Amino acid sequence: MSEITAEQVAHLANLARIDLSPEEINRLTTELGQIVDSVAKVAEVATPDVPATSHPMPLTNVFRPDTVVPSLTVEQALSGAPDHDGDKFRVPAILDEE
Amino acid sequence: MTNLIKLSAADLSGLLADRSVSSVEVTRAHLDHIAAIDTDVHAFLHVAGDAALATAARIDARRAAGEVLGPLAGVPIAIKDVLATQDMPSTAGSKILEGWIPPYDATVVRRVRDAGLIPLGKTNMDEFAMGSSTEFSAYGPTHNPWDLDRIPGGSGGGSAAAVSSFEAPLALGSDTGGSIRQPAAVTGSVGVKPTYGGVSRYGSIALASSLDQVGPVTRTVYDAALLHDVIGGHDPLDSTSLTDSWPSMAAAARAGLADGALKGVRVGVIKELAGEGFQPGVKQRFEETLALLARAGAEIVQVSAPNFEYAIAAYYLILPAEASSNLARFDSVRFGIRVNPAEGPLTSERVMAATRDAGFGPEVKRRIILGTYALSAGYYDAYYGSAQKVRTLIQRDFDAAFAQVDVLVSPSAPTTAFKFGEKMTDPMAMYLNDVTTIPANLAGVPGMSLPMGLAPEDGLPVGLQIMAPAKLDARLYTFGAAVERLLEATWGHTLLSQAPELAPTEMFASEEGVV
Repeated sequence: MSEITAEQVAHLANLARIDLSPEEINRLTTELGQIVDSVAKVAEVATPDVPATSHPMPLTNVFRPDTVVPSLTVEQALSGAPDHDGDKFRVPAILDEE
Repeated sequence: MTNLIKLSAADLSGLLADRSVSSVEVTRAHLDHIAAIDTDVHAFLHVAGDAALATAARIDARRAAGEVLGPLAGVPIAIKDVLATQDMPSTAGSKILEGWIPPYDATVVRRVRDAGLIPLGKTNMDEFAMGSSTEFSAYGPTHNPWDLDRIPGGSGGGSAAAVSSFEAPLALGSDTGGSIRQPAAVTGSVGVKPTYGGVSRYGSIALASSLDQVGPVTRTVYDAALLHDVIGGHDPLDSTSLTDSWPSMAAAARAGLADGALKGVRVGVIKELAGEGFQPGVKQRFEETLALLARAGAEIVQVSAPNFEYAIAAYYLILPAEASSNLARFDSVRFGIRVNPAEGPLTSERVMAATRDAGFGPEVKRRIILGTYALSAGYYDAYYGSAQKVRTLIQRDFDAAFAQVDVLVSPSAPTTAFKFGEKMTDPMAMYLNDVTTIPANLAGVPGMSLPMGLAPEDGLPVGLQIMAPAKLDARLYTFGAAVERLLEATWGHTLLSQAPELAPTEMFASEEGVV
């Protein structure tokens, strides 16, 4: 059995910036434990001599010519924003007052 | 008069080219059918009726003026909602993007428009393509046209249901662990996941960037090839896009229709994907298909891929890890909804957390938390690092297998379409649906699903999966077209001709806006 606790899930939710309810945390603690137990089997064959693959068709040094091409206008870039002010995204306070 | 909605894209192409029918007529026929049945099927999240008819009229005018257009010009197409479309909402099935209209088109959408195809609308999917049933769509599930009480597969259940219920001859899908092939299998249609990098991912809302691949969803292998030729090829806007020049997939499919196309083809049967956990009727149709192939001159070879049994475990570490970082972009600042917390100070961090709580559904939360865990200090090597090593082992299994055979085959999915709710409470049971399709994504090789019959016990479609070595997508089309021809000659009809006729519903789906 995995050692995942509700405190750990609450911490992960905070890292992932998702406000989970206590019920969601409890449910996810159980589910995550089951999933992690099941996926942990990767360690059975992942021996030190096996190199890791991060990308199925590896490419290196993908460059394009350093030329200016048309990009989104300010209006387009802001068109989907929940809030904006002039030509900028408007966001709530970045820092807590305390 | 021919029933236009029952024709393949290739047949429509011929009628449009010699102007026996107009694109407006073809488009209207599909829109009428969508209006009649989509309240029941719910393949579409958005139908762009007026825009589609206007585009069709422009194609007709260009053709009337003597312009020579591409083979699919004037043919309607449905677009999975994971793809950015400048003129239609693009939600990826999530509340967090409700109503979002992107300021740009995905490259595949741009290519489809440039080739003169007619976008009909956006198709339903599991939220951010996380799921195998469309039950995780924030906008309600899509229903399988073969039995409306059953799932159409996922995540691309909307695209598969749209083509198999004749709402569109063609659709675009995306396949991260089987989201094109598994829906094709359970709806009796055809779906192709191209070689990783063969089709641009630019403008495809990212799930797991090292696994995602866009591909065609159709009713015939040849139609898939025609669409592949439109969307494939290098795109400088996607840094993982391969710069290879590709042969015509349509020509490859036509080669498969020649007599004797199966003679001498070495067909590998993967031992690990033909045993336990497969429904009896799926196994039976698979065995029968192998026997047919052998009689047609193919050489059936048993091969082993011992590391495939670790594929699901590796996938459910790599995918959540990549998804948790990709979905960090939903920060309530640049696009999508913004939700303020019920109480306490309004800081960006707290608004972001409240927005993500309200905007993400249960499966998305589950996978983000799992991915965050797999990537956290102290666990990274044991989980994510090991999963990447399994990926190497699976690639080696493919290499060893393709040293012996030309193509690999397996059932596309372990079961036929299951009923709604059957697997919703058990995440691992849902994940096991993808046991057959995930290895191709991990290794980057191309895969296709095409119908190989109906399971005797429930009368529902069963799919054959074909895989080829990386970059040899053309081989899939040649072999796939040959198998399709052989099966249909044996049956005396297409599989989809056996699907029940869907009665028009009383309430018509709205033609504009999210349904």
